[in-house]
Amino acid sequence: MSEIATYNFAYLDEQTKRMIRRAILKGIAIPGYQVPFASREMPMPYGWGTGGVQVTAAIIGPDDVLKVIDQGADDTTNAVSIRAFFRKVADVAVTTETAKATIIQTRHRIPEHPLTAGQTLVYQVPIPEPLRFLEPRETETRKMHALEEYGLMHVKLYEDIARHGRIATTYAYPVKVEGRYVMDPSPTPKFDNPKMHMSPALQLFGAGREKRIYAVPPFTRVVSLDFEDHPFEIQTFDQPCALCGAEQVYLDEVILDDKGGHMFVCSDTDHCEKRQACGHRGHLAPAALEPAQ
Amino acid sequence: MYVAVKGGEAAIANAHRLLADRRRGDRSVPALRVDQIVEQLALGIDRVMAEGSLYDRELAALAVVQSRGDLIEAIFLVRAYRTTLPRFGYTRPIDTAAMQVERRVSATYKDLPGGQLLGPTFDYTHRLLDPQLAGDPEVVEPEQREADGQRMTRVSEILAHEGLIEADGELPEDHLTGDITREPLEFPLARDSRLQALSRGDEGFLLALGYSTQRGYGRSHPFVGEVRIGEVELELDVPELPFPITLGRIRVTECQMVNQFKGSAKAPPQFTRGYGLVFGQSERKAMAMSLCDRALRAGELGEDVTAPAQDEEFVISHSDNVQATGFVEHLKLPHYVDFQAELDLVRRMRSEHEKRNQTNETERREAAE
Repeated sequence: MSEIATYNFAYLDEQTKRMIRRAILKGIAIPGYQVPFASREMPMPYGWGTGGVQVTAAIIGPDDVLKVIDQGADDTTNAVSIRAFFRKVADVAVTTETAKATIIQTRHRIPEHPLTAGQTLVYQVPIPEPLRFLEPRETETRKMHALEEYGLMHVKLYEDIARHGRIATTYAYPVKVEGRYVMDPSPTPKFDNPKMHMSPALQLFGAGREKRIYAVPPFTRVVSLDFEDHPFEIQTFDQPCALCGAEQVYLDEVILDDKGGHMFVCSDTDHCEKRQACGHRGHLAPAALEPAQ
Repeated sequence: MYVAVKGGEAAIANAHRLLADRRRGDRSVPALRVDQIVEQLALGIDRVMAEGSLYDRELAALAVVQSRGDLIEAIFLVRAYRTTLPRFGYTRPIDTAAMQVERRVSATYKDLPGGQLLGPTFDYTHRLLDPQLAGDPEVVEPEQREADGQRMTRVSEILAHEGLIEADGELPEDHLTGDITREPLEFPLARDSRLQALSRGDEGFLLALGYSTQRGYGRSHPFVGEVRIGEVELELDVPELPFPITLGRIRVTECQMVNQFKGSAKAPPQFTRGYGLVFGQSERKAMAMSLCDRALRAGELGEDVTAPAQDEEFVISHSDNVQATGFVEHLKLPHYVDFQAELDLVRRMRSEHEKRNQTNETERREAAE
């Protein structure tokens, strides 16, 4: 039997980390450009955040504080699993508080609390190519990016308007980065797109299965594609969070019974808890919960 | 009253405890030993080694036990371990003509130098369940003869004398062998990278694609030139030494498919070849691989690309079962944030649709009156 396997700090060997860091640096140098990298098999399945995990593993150090969210929540099972992975292989401090984290790995959301300089947001990306569903071939889409040929995307958005009266893309809404590359923001709701624009935080995107890394450096222009007569707009909700009363945040619909009863609560669990701790109350907040608990 | 669900951590831990219990099953039944699996489920182990791209029978057997017999899960375990191993070099190309052959059959010749050797094959067994195997019946020792140490000429070399079959082909002098586990794939692939991808590709997927070429989707008129199974030596060049050193032996299955070819603008009429090579004993995989390899050479040989099996990006991008299973199964992960966004859109479009219908209805009624 082979010797019992042992693993390096943060799982990946140092050679691999160097390779990934080179890809990250190239990505930062060319904002929005998808850098091919030799993605490794990770001990979690492809499609479950292997790209994000590799990026995090390549940049994390012993002094970092890590936060992991999935759907905006720290306690969804895959977020729990990835956080546990890094606690195990890198022995780093973990947190659920957005403001205290130095690295935030995320799937499908950008935290509501504004990010600050020095923080890094690591996105897990399933399909990094914004043009993929218009053109399935990688050989073609790479050419289209090289020639800055994004007409197909505009035609798609225009057809949406012609057919549905509006752009019918609600998440993974394409953006243009620093006036050059059209980029997939990962399947975050378009509600989060404006947070990417001129963010003081570094934003890194890892797609493990598709073997691509890309980046948005701090203070970079990120513009959601639209038309003059059909400007980009984000989702709005008719009611505030039922637990903390927050408005202008992204809400999840929670089904209460089988008779159509439902409530809306913050998708960002940390944000919601923070607000409740400060005494904010929504109309369905548990009365027993004391403020400043 | 809804309170945000907490305790994912405890739930995961409990799920894994239950999994461990189910994996072991009834404690009164003796636990499977790794050596039992290595010895008696050898072909399953071969598949795990081939698609896991790691030649280690014990680790593959351990992975099979750990995965409860789910071979794709076992392949995944092996891959995730393999990827952490350092590379200390690349061996010389193996010489399959020097193979210690256990099985070798050719469909293109009645007899040929080296002969036809059936070896340990399921072919010509009658697929009748054998109830005796539920016990542990006595098994007679096989007939064996001494190895003669002779090289067994490959069928492709026999045909090559007449110039009727394409040669192995040369790679440019400065060509560095690709390594799909160390560099990102970039289409179109060099043939060495493509063969690597096929060799670790999913057996079922390649089988179906190979089958599709036989049924007319990219037909390539194949004959099994030969398929051989046996052990080959692995040799490594060490910079300090003037001769290669032998690392050991591995069992491989090699298939040379010979395909009729009427010629094109790019190549004269001749027999072309498709190649398959996999770890362990797996004729099905090696044959399917060689059909796919030949189909994927359509562009190189100036044939029209009309079928899925001929489309490199399609075949190679979807042949890896660890990638495929991960991405298909990731649909289980929560997607409620995106679903909420879609829900919102559908609700809005729905209410507009109803409003429009109502207006139309009123207009129609007013017109009728």
